[in-house]
Amino acid sequence: MKNTSKISRFNAALLLSVMVCLSLPVMAQTSAPSVEKGKQAFVKNGCWGCHGFVGQGGLAGPKLAPEPKPIEYIQAFVRHTQGPMPPYSEKILSNQDLIDIHAYLKSIPKGPDYKSIPLLN
Amino acid sequence: MTEPTHSKKSTDNSPAEHQLDSKVQDQPRLARRGFLSGVLASGAAAASTAASLVANPAQAAEPAKPSVLPPSAKGALAETGLPPDLGHGHGAGMPGSDFMVDVIKSLDIKYLPSNCASSFRALHESLIDYGGNTKPEFLTCMHEESAVAMGHGYFKACGKPLLTLCHGTVGLQHASMAIYNAWCDRVPVIVVGGNDLDAAYRPPGVPTFHAAQDINAMVRDYTKWDDTPVSLQHFSQSFVRAYKIAMTPPYGPVAISLDAALQMAPVHLHEGKMPYIPKYIPTSPPQGDSGAVKEAAKMLVNATNPVIVADRAARTPEGVGLLVQLAELLQAKVVDQGSRMNFPRTHYLTAPATAIANADVIIGLELSDFWATVNAYTDNNSNDGHGTNASRIKPQTKLISINSVDLNTKSNYQDFQRFQVVDVQMAADAQTTLPSLIEAVRSALPNDKKEAIAKRGELQRKAYEEDIVRTKTAAALGWNESPISTARLVMETFAAVKNEDWSLVASEGNVSNWPNRLWPMEKHHHWLGRSGGYGVGYGAPASVGAALANRDLGRFSVSIQSDGDLMFAPGVLWTAAKHKIPLLSVMHNNRGYHQEVMHIQRLANFRNRKVNLEGDMGPVGTSIENPDIQYHELARSMGWWAKGPIKDPAQLASALKEAVAVVKSGHPALLNVWTQPR
Repeated sequence: MKNTSKISRFNAALLLSVMVCLSLPVMAQTSAPSVEKGKQAFVKNGCWGCHGFVGQGGLAGPKLAPEPKPIEYIQAFVRHTQGPMPPYSEKILSNQDLIDIHAYLKSIPKGPDYKSIPLLN
Repeated sequence: MTEPTHSKKSTDNSPAEHQLDSKVQDQPRLARRGFLSGVLASGAAAASTAASLVANPAQAAEPAKPSVLPPSAKGALAETGLPPDLGHGHGAGMPGSDFMVDVIKSLDIKYLPSNCASSFRALHESLIDYGGNTKPEFLTCMHEESAVAMGHGYFKACGKPLLTLCHGTVGLQHASMAIYNAWCDRVPVIVVGGNDLDAAYRPPGVPTFHAAQDINAMVRDYTKWDDTPVSLQHFSQSFVRAYKIAMTPPYGPVAISLDAALQMAPVHLHEGKMPYIPKYIPTSPPQGDSGAVKEAAKMLVNATNPVIVADRAARTPEGVGLLVQLAELLQAKVVDQGSRMNFPRTHYLTAPATAIANADVIIGLELSDFWATVNAYTDNNSNDGHGTNASRIKPQTKLISINSVDLNTKSNYQDFQRFQVVDVQMAADAQTTLPSLIEAVRSALPNDKKEAIAKRGELQRKAYEEDIVRTKTAAALGWNESPISTARLVMETFAAVKNEDWSLVASEGNVSNWPNRLWPMEKHHHWLGRSGGYGVGYGAPASVGAALANRDLGRFSVSIQSDGDLMFAPGVLWTAAKHKIPLLSVMHNNRGYHQEVMHIQRLANFRNRKVNLEGDMGPVGTSIENPDIQYHELARSMGWWAKGPIKDPAQLASALKEAVAVVKSGHPALLNVWTQPR
């Protein structure tokens, strides 16, 4: 079987850059981000299913919070992914929803370091 | 036997009379029919007499004669005593089902989880009265699926199979999913289904609804062997053969259809002798061909980066030690896929699944899915919805397989998975082959390779430490959140049991594999693996079965119990309480069938549709909420100590402490914990 991982990584990076550029004008048309609405959208749109209620991640999906990736990256990924996560079109998840979700993820405080948790040491 | 007698039997609903052997029924000394005829005749006469008394009041003053005279002492004995060819204890004339108990006892089967049924009532009675309800002890189950799954869990905890009895049709239908799980997980369970085979004699109505020509047909695709014995001698041979086949690797479930009439009939001598009970002598497991073993050793020794992948390699604790020997000899990384505890998680050669990416030789030991080990499938709606496949390994990587299941492949059910080409394939038991493979590797190992091999080990030590840090960092995320994170749930549970001789008997519902990533699993019984066939409903009964074995071995059983799994057959909670089986059940209650939550969301997105939630968290049909199930109350109602719902992680430790104390006192305990999805 052909190993295409390096080519795939390059293509993905290129695609992501293009998508980030394309998404910027769209983001400009949205209103101010709302943490509360973002939390609701996070649950209503099933993000919690793979990433957990506070974006902590697990085997089903990577961590999203704390310290989420930039909104441009998230939007590009969410709209166009062809990996295990299904893409979300604007019909399903609006740009405003995405901005609010990003605000919610940014609001999630950094938890304790594992070294400070006795059960993990 | 004459035809008129048959005719009477078929219309007479007296179960005792129906089941008696023809020889017994025709005994004139019993005089049962004569006695009954007398009763009927006397009754008719009495009715006639009563009518005439009304017509003649003068005669009514005389004391009435009894309509039926009491039998003489001899007559009473003949009516109430055992027929002459029954009741002699061992030997000719003993009930056939008593002989069956002798056969079962010869195999030292300790327990018999079962849901009672009329088609094996004779054997049931023999087991508890003639057999004294020991070896096997009858355990009352509320679902046949639970009974089989208990046997499944029991075997994985102690290496001994259990027997279960079930009603031939409806009972076996209930049992079938658990049998399939045992088949896929390569676990021996002996399933005996009662069946009223003879259409001329079987009771009409319900027993006939519950009879079939060939009950085993239903499970033949996922049992190693089955039979329908037609004589007691046939039974003894079949039962010992079934046990022997089930216990020869690759292990697997077996089925015996047991005719109800054969259970009832007395033992007859064959050529003047009692039916014999064959001695059970275990069959040696199949070992890999010596040429193939040498070739595999050569490939492993010459590899720059060999990787061992194990799934069901360690059938027993000895298997773990053998795998450690092989890994250390080669300083090869070991990926434990976890259908058994194959390799100590605390060993520096433990590696994540991604370790195969740079391997030049991979040896797979009893893998349930070699294709998916070396290939990735992505469910991304590409290729007309088929998804995409990609290799996880380098094109030139050589593959070796040792797998006993290659000796026992069937056609219909697809548990053999996708076809994977391998370079050296041994249809053999991995654990049995390991000693010769280790020896072959030792012989083939050139001195000039030893330094490079040692260096490989040092690099892996560093990678192992780095992996631990990554895992713990991930586990800390969401640590203080509510609902409780699965990592917190798992580590709080470990803290509560770590001072016991613990055994994680099941972990259902996907907790991001935290126990296998974080618990210091070293002993074979530290982790018993999964269901095998992924049939939901395995966790609760298999945990109870394993806890039964662990109880007798002095171990502490703990289970991560998911909500959906428990609700398939929660009656097993009662069985655990009834039979005083200590088990700590910590619920991963994420209030949904979470795998399906994600599937429906994925499909809705692919089709550009907003998923329909109708007020629940997950898509319609996937949530278990509104109303929320009070699992702690459910458990309490069936005799468990239970607490919940626990939503605050800070409350978990104290609740676990209480629960552990209950379990150590010999009782089951359940904590209903609200958790994050995965």
